[in-house]
Amino acid sequence: MTTYEKILLKNMEQPGYTGSLADYEGTGGYRALRTVLKEMQPDQVIEVVKKSGLRGRGGAGFPTGVKWGFIPKNHPGPKYLCCNADESEPGTFKDRQLMERDPHQMLEGMAITCFAIGAQTAYIYIRGEFRLGAKILEQALQEANAAGYLGKNVLGSGLTINIFVHLGAGAYICGEETALLESLEGKRGMPRFKPPFPATHGLYQNPTVVNNVETMANVPHIINRGGEWFASIGSPPKSCGTRVFCLSGHVKRPGNYEAPMGITFRELIYELGGGMRSDKPLKAFIPGGASAPFLTPDHLDVKMDFESVALAGSMLGSGGVTVMEEGTNMVWAALRLMEFFYHESCGKCTPCREGTSWLVQTLQRIWNKRGRPEDIGVLDELCGNIPGRTVCAFGDAAVSPIVSTLLHWREEYEALIQEALETMPRNKEIPVFSH
Amino acid sequence: MLFERFKNEVEDILSRYPVKRSALLPLLNFAQREEGYVSESAMKEIAKILDLTPPQVFETVTFYTMFNLKPIGKFHLQVCKSLMCALVGSDDLVMWIQKKLSIAPGQTTADNIFTLSVVECLGSCGTGPMMQVNDDYYEQLSEEKVGRVLDDLKRDGTSSLKTGPFMYPQPLAK
Repeated sequence: MTTYEKILLKNMEQPGYTGSLADYEGTGGYRALRTVLKEMQPDQVIEVVKKSGLRGRGGAGFPTGVKWGFIPKNHPGPKYLCCNADESEPGTFKDRQLMERDPHQMLEGMAITCFAIGAQTAYIYIRGEFRLGAKILEQALQEANAAGYLGKNVLGSGLTINIFVHLGAGAYICGEETALLESLEGKRGMPRFKPPFPATHGLYQNPTVVNNVETMANVPHIINRGGEWFASIGSPPKSCGTRVFCLSGHVKRPGNYEAPMGITFRELIYELGGGMRSDKPLKAFIPGGASAPFLTPDHLDVKMDFESVALAGSMLGSGGVTVMEEGTNMVWAALRLMEFFYHESCGKCTPCREGTSWLVQTLQRIWNKRGRPEDIGVLDELCGNIPGRTVCAFGDAAVSPIVSTLLHWREEYEALIQEALETMPRNKEIPVFSH
Repeated sequence: MLFERFKNEVEDILSRYPVKRSALLPLLNFAQREEGYVSESAMKEIAKILDLTPPQVFETVTFYTMFNLKPIGKFHLQVCKSLMCALVGSDDLVMWIQKKLSIAPGQTTADNIFTLSVVECLGSCGTGPMMQVNDDYYEQLSEEKVGRVLDDLKRDGTSSLKTGPFMYPQPLAK
């Protein structure tokens, strides 16, 4: 089996490593923060991160250094950093491990980011269900404050950096950066119109950077080993570094696997994940969390980087790969994901609020063998009318399970509808399911 | 009055934010942890603390799925039903729990010990099927394992089968 150098999971895989401050320091932890405070200017830090080619690990993949560079330097008021730990994308469970097993790694990344963008206050917005993660982060914050890595006069530099944990309360949409800010301001987590972007009008209308947990955890390593080092890993120039890929579904060894971007899905599923859990062959897989369109076994040799997956008609998104074996009904799979999107739509935009409801009802009708021949047209039409007509990308994501399953497994929809036609009494109106 | 007993905690929460309203979710979370649900009186109290109107608090509470507006059982069993857990058997698990406790999702057992909910993704897809009970996660569940968890909770108020800190897959022994 191919082995890769791990960056983010390396410490936690050492026997006896607890993630405490002492353990983290023992592996060279907080060296990057010392270097930054002693030897670098904020602009230099941003330049190193730009050079590294690090792109956001939350899903959208925006270049991190560029995002930091958007923060206005002469803003008279406060600036903020928000770490997006609202990991709620089905198929994704990497941030939880990064927070629970090596919390100081991301805290150091956050402190460096605060220095780079000139923020004194940062919040970790963590999903409400992750109580243990929040508790571990609180403990790590106490340790870091006591050791002088955070708080007033960080390491004698005169800088103040305060980081707080903020628990959400169960809403997938709060992972969207502007919805996260609304929620952090104590409101319903509904996305804001962009522009203006958070870089100028973020938390409390002040310049704000929102970065994912995994993005933050990469920062200390980039400072320690240099932007060029990071840019040489993976699939440069656009997909640099490693990625913590989450593997779930019908696979022998599900879990989090860190590998350079650019390995193939075949390597992840069959080498790292041990292949299918039963004798049944692979039927489908989701390459980047529930928002990413399904792919087929024909795509197994696609490289896992941003561009290659986009070329294959999907997206690398959050890095969550879910595998389905032969025998899984794709109408059912699409319905399960649609129920998720329907439940989690925040309701701000009519196409998304109403559309996801219609899509769920139509899919339920087909799955319950009460489908009508025109239902596939209904699905096609609805899926064509939601994306691009909503404030955030949720609408685009919500239709992806249906669009992609209709593309690759249309006959499964047709078979269920045919079955309905054969079993339902003729000339009788087919009842339509309603919530 | 709930928050009168916790003045220090409230002060600590408020001190974290430059704008009072940001303390809304933390205070609601706090209220739910203390009382098991968010009562009308707690919402009114929070509104007063944050200079909001009660409807402003209510409209926020109803947006988030984790807030219970009614008292629930001592242990809230939340089983994930999203695709990733469903692929590895969460539907069967829900059926089994329903049968075992004689309650449907959304219901509480007659002795007020267990409330069952079927919820969307809890961010534990590699270790499904799984459920959250109050603050704790229980993963890679089987019927036998859930049975043991339910017995433990009923008898001891806790169970050693809870999982975390999370590491999966575990590193192979050398």
